[in-house]
Amino acid sequence: MPKRLVIRDYDRCVGCQLCMFACSRRYGSGGLLKSAIHVRSIGGAERGFTVIVCRACQDPPCARACPEDALIRRDGGGVLLNASKCNGCRACVSACPFGAIFWDHSIEKPIICVYCGYCVDYCPYNILELEEIAYARE
Amino acid sequence: MLGNDPLRNVLYIDLTKKRFWIEDRLDLFEKWIGGVGVATQILREELTKGVDPLDPGNVIVFAVGPLTGNFPLASKTVAVFKSPLTNNWGESHAGGRSAIAIRMAGFGAIVIKGKSERPVYLSIHDGKVFFKDASGLWGLTSSRTAGRVLRELESGSGLRTIMRIGKAGRKLIKYANVIVDTYRHFGRLGLGAVFGSKNLEAIVIYGRQELPVTDKRRYREIYDEIFYKAVKSPLMKKYRDLGTAMNVIPLNNISGLPTRNLKACKFEYAGQISGESFARSVLARRASCAHCPVACIHIGALREPYVDEPYFYKTTFVAYDYGPIASIGPMLGLNNPLDILKMINLVDIYGLDAISTGVVLAWATEALEKKIISKEQTLVDFSWGDLNAYIKGVTFLVDQPNEFYKVLGEGVEFAASKYGGMEFALAFGRNEIPGYHTGPAGYISFLISARHNHSDSFGYELDLESLELSPEKTVDRLVEEEQWSQILSSLVTCYFAREIYTPTLISSALEVLGFNFSPDDLKKLGEKIHYEKYLLAEREGFRISKLHIPRRIFEVPAAKGKINEEFIRKALEYFSQKMELE
Repeated sequence: MPKRLVIRDYDRCVGCQLCMFACSRRYGSGGLLKSAIHVRSIGGAERGFTVIVCRACQDPPCARACPEDALIRRDGGGVLLNASKCNGCRACVSACPFGAIFWDHSIEKPIICVYCGYCVDYCPYNILELEEIAYARE
Repeated sequence: MLGNDPLRNVLYIDLTKKRFWIEDRLDLFEKWIGGVGVATQILREELTKGVDPLDPGNVIVFAVGPLTGNFPLASKTVAVFKSPLTNNWGESHAGGRSAIAIRMAGFGAIVIKGKSERPVYLSIHDGKVFFKDASGLWGLTSSRTAGRVLRELESGSGLRTIMRIGKAGRKLIKYANVIVDTYRHFGRLGLGAVFGSKNLEAIVIYGRQELPVTDKRRYREIYDEIFYKAVKSPLMKKYRDLGTAMNVIPLNNISGLPTRNLKACKFEYAGQISGESFARSVLARRASCAHCPVACIHIGALREPYVDEPYFYKTTFVAYDYGPIASIGPMLGLNNPLDILKMINLVDIYGLDAISTGVVLAWATEALEKKIISKEQTLVDFSWGDLNAYIKGVTFLVDQPNEFYKVLGEGVEFAASKYGGMEFALAFGRNEIPGYHTGPAGYISFLISARHNHSDSFGYELDLESLELSPEKTVDRLVEEEQWSQILSSLVTCYFAREIYTPTLISSALEVLGFNFSPDDLKKLGEKIHYEKYLLAEREGFRISKLHIPRRIFEVPAAKGKINEEFIRKALEYFSQKMELE
């Protein structure tokens, strides 16, 4: 069954960004360069935070925007990146209405959630969840 | 350290010439790790002996450490500079997003020197510094408005830090803070005034970097060990639940809560201003520093009606901590969370230091009571618990309508040296007292710690141990603790995580980042950094013999009875010999 990441309740988010660091750590490095998830305040910490991550659209606009067919539609929603086809044009970044496609400036390629759920265990306030997508795409 | 770790890059900024450059300082980071260890060396290199703290020649160094961005709870930035308040060693630590932002922008330290001709703010990203005109922001009354404007103007939301000053910094008030990300501060020793003296309104920093490790598996293992200790063990629970405000009741119970300018050390309304009471009545949200799971930042909601319009309210969010609560609550006799939030809010709007502000106003209240000063000077009748008078007082501190308020802007010890009342001017090494009247070790630590602060040597905790220590043993314990703190503030880890970051764990964490320090090496390095700080302090005129001790502290019994002056004198003498000072 395909999976996707869901945000249970972003009002509980304290902005610690441990999910962002976890995402980069999947590659075994520190820092934030490789993170496919982003946390920012919605106009100051007092208003709370928002968590931005690929929500695995059924009909992903990023895939349609890619001129090289480097983003392959995944069963159940979302995309998989074929990096060898990507020409680094950033059309996918502009196409995502959530701003959930990030950029690795060291290789000039997009960073998109692979729905692995590694970040879930590092959220101290249980906001993130890896959900099974119950139905496949038509 | 690893050759490709960007920590080695030090960004130098000259505000006079509007120039910046990056130097490879692998030499410093390999030897001194980062944070205060490295910053001390840079300050020594850059600071001209005897420079006036508000002269363009003063230098600000911000430094982070190797653990920053790699491990949780290592998200503090150390700022060192010459303090306008003490005219000596200035060191202040702040969290928020500052440390992660500096590290992710690709730097281990940032050095700021000179003075801009006009108000300027700095935008630091992509390896560059952009000098931007801030003359429009310079006239703003509220530091909050400046924050809003900068959030709109600049990119990097979620990755950036915004450091800024308020009116107090621009007016060179010697206990002006730098506000970091609205809810954190470089507090106490007047970094805000140093910013102001350089015409530096704000700094915005952001970036995204990859940080290298030697062994990916080992890195994840050590990370998990720290993470589970921070989240699952009880070690961080008190900071998580009530935050530092949880200290109000325990300190009051042991008669350690300075009340009404320390005329008493127990506050009859402590229950109303406790961490529990704040949580019940005003706590609106908790927030974290970047890369810290604890979320100790407690933000209270201040709901206030408009007087000119019925059913019209505004809700302001104000962070509260033990320090500001103690110095504004009991010290001024304010006895409920809303009054205290109103005061903290105003102090933050102006960018003053809440602790110093409380102590200065408490001195003024007592001096007025004792008729050392008059209402002609204060312009308002201060009396304990009178919120409206103190609100006016805070505004006068920054507006400086007369000579008296100009003098108050120099700190309480200076004010008392001019008007009298030295015996109840509660400052140590010219830094106003924090909210701990616990006993001799606490006071010795305020006097001898390099930044005349409570937090590097934990004297107040030593006072509570059931030990009968000699003055010499007390100093030995305080110095040993402060020496170890130098390692934590070189890494730079949060002091709240002191029990998590043990010498062995630090040694392993550093190893995976390519540093080779055994627990014993770390201890020795801590001693060395500590000593280096005193060498610089002594060069700039620090003398044990010049320290003033207000008599008031000997008159009010602390937890274990009255504090013996002789004990403190002996301790100071011993410290002087031990450090080979003077």
